[in-house]
Amino acid sequence: MRFMVMVKATKDSEAGMLPDQKLLADMGKYNEELVKAGVMLAGEGLQPSSKGARVRFSGSKRTVIDGPFSETKELVAGFWLFQCKSLAEAIEWVKRCPNPMPTESEIEIRQVFESEDFGAEFTPELREQERRLGEQMARNAASRQ
Amino acid sequence: MSDVNSAIDAVWRIESAKVIASLARITGDVGLAEDLAQDALLAALERWPESGIPDNPGAWLMATAKHRAIDMHRRSKLLERKHELLGHELADRQELSVSDLETALDDDIGDDLLRLMFTSCHPVLSTEARVALTLRLLGGLTTDEIARAFLVPEPTVAQRIVRAKRTLSEARVPFEVPRGSDRDERLSSVLGVIYLIFNEGYSATAGDDWMRPALCEDALRLGRILAELAPNEAEVHGLVALMEIQASRLRARTGPKGEPILLLEQDRGRWDQLLIRRGLTALARGEQLGGERGPYVLQAAIAACHARARTAEETDWERIVALYDALAELTPSPIVELNRAVAVSMAYGPATALELVEPLQSEPALKNYHLLPSVRADLLMKLKRFVEAKSEFERAASMTRNSQERALLLERARTCELENQRENKHVGSN
Repeated sequence: MRFMVMVKATKDSEAGMLPDQKLLADMGKYNEELVKAGVMLAGEGLQPSSKGARVRFSGSKRTVIDGPFSETKELVAGFWLFQCKSLAEAIEWVKRCPNPMPTESEIEIRQVFESEDFGAEFTPELREQERRLGEQMARNAASRQ
Repeated sequence: MSDVNSAIDAVWRIESAKVIASLARITGDVGLAEDLAQDALLAALERWPESGIPDNPGAWLMATAKHRAIDMHRRSKLLERKHELLGHELADRQELSVSDLETALDDDIGDDLLRLMFTSCHPVLSTEARVALTLRLLGGLTTDEIARAFLVPEPTVAQRIVRAKRTLSEARVPFEVPRGSDRDERLSSVLGVIYLIFNEGYSATAGDDWMRPALCEDALRLGRILAELAPNEAEVHGLVALMEIQASRLRARTGPKGEPILLLEQDRGRWDQLLIRRGLTALARGEQLGGERGPYVLQAAIAACHARARTAEETDWERIVALYDALAELTPSPIVELNRAVAVSMAYGPATALELVEPLQSEPALKNYHLLPSVRADLLMKLKRFVEAKSEFERAASMTRNSQERALLLERARTCELENQRENKHVGSN
C-alpha cells in the first residue's frame, strides 16, 4: 500500500527560509535510507504558498485566490510517496526522519486509496464509469500531444 | 493486534534483514543468524509493550541479538576448552574474539545484505526453498504470510525454511558475494528468484484471484533494494525496470468482476504513470551501464515499448520483434519464440506468425503450457479459422489452473462458435 507523507509548513518555510546545510545533509541521508529500503517512490519539496494559488468552488462559480494563505500549520511544505506494508511501517519510517524544520514541526501520514478500498460502495457501474473516464482522459491526453 | 505489536511488526520488517545479515557474517551461518535474530524479536515482544518502543529500535534489536551471539560464542568456547581437556581436537572453525564480534557489527551493512541475498538464492537450494528463504530473510515476511501468498499450508513453508537453512549449513555455503565467473550465474539466480516472486503475484498460477498485488510489491521492494546494493549491474536495473513497468498495469489488468483484461485491450488511462516513469528511469540506468544487453534489459525494453505507446495502435511492433530477435538469440527458449510470434503477428500479420507457432507444437517444454494453444487460437481466429480456434481456446482453458483465466478462454471459445455460426449463415444466405 502507498502512503502520502506530508511535511507541514511552518512560519519559516512560509517565509521562504531554506533548510541549513546540516538539515540538507541529514535529509539527504534519510532519503538515501528510504531509497535503499525500497520504500520511497517519490518526494518533493514545495515552494511557500505565496507562490501558489487556490481555486474556490461554489456551485458553478470558480474564484481564484492568490497565496499566501494564513493557516500555516495546515499547509504542506513537502511530501513523499511511500510504499509500505502497513500504516505502522510508514509511522516507523517517519519517526526516523530528522526534524524537517528548525522549529517544532509535524508530518502527516495518509494512506492512498486503491480501487479495492472502495469496497461495496465501488459498484461495477462506478468502476465502469471510472474506466470510461480513464479512457476519455487517455484520448484527451493523446489528442493534446 | 495492539498498537505496540503492530509497531513491533513494522520495526521487524524494517530491521530484520539487516540484523540477520550482520549476524550471518559473524557466525558464518544464516540459519543460526536467523535464530538469534528471532530471539531478539521475542525479547522485544516481551519487553516493549511495558517499556515502550526504544528510540532506536533497530539498534536495540541488533544489540540484543549481538549479546546472544556473544553469549553463545562464550559457551561454545567453554565447550571447546572442555573438549580440549578431554584431548579432542579443536573444531576447524574460524577463531573470533568478542571484540571482533563487536567491531564486525558496526561495519557497513550493505555488503552483508548483498551476501544474504546471494546466500538465500544459492543454487544448492531448490527453487521453492530459495523463494521462501528470500521472502523470509530479506522481505521480512512471516512463514504464515509466505504460505498464504503461495497457497500452501504453513507447515510446508516452515519445513522448507528449516530444510533450506540445514542444507546451507551442511553444504558449508560460505556467506559471501561470489566473484569472477561464478558471479554472473549466481546473480542470475538472485534475479530469477525475485522475478519468480513477482510473477506469482502478477499472474497467479493457481487459485481464484488472477493477481496477488502484495507479492508484486514484495518483489519490487526486493528488486529496488538490490538495485541500490549492486548499482553497477545492468541486469538488476533491467529487472527492476521490467517489474516497475509491468506493475504499472496492475490496475488495468482486471475488469469489474476480476476477469483478466489483455494488454492491448487495457485502458491505458489506468496505467500507473509513476511506476512507468520509475521503470523507464531504471531501464535508462541499466542501458547507460553499457555492455551487451542482457535478458532482463531486453524484456524491460519490450515492456517500455508498450508503456510508451499512448494507444494500442501506436505500439512499435517492429521494434518489439527486433528486441525479441535479440532475446531469442541470447536466451533461446520456446516461450520466447511464442512471444516473438505474437509480436510478429502484430507487425507482419497472423499468417506469418502461425508459421512460427506450428513447430512449437512439438516442443516438450510447452506440452502443458496453456498459452501455446491460447496464442495459436488467437492467430487462427484472426485468420477466420473459427472451428480450429474454438477447439484451441477450449484446450487452453482445460490446461490453465487459474479459474479467472479459464473463464476468459472459454468465453473466447464461445465467441469463435458464434462467429462460425454467423459465417455459415452468411454463406447459406448467399
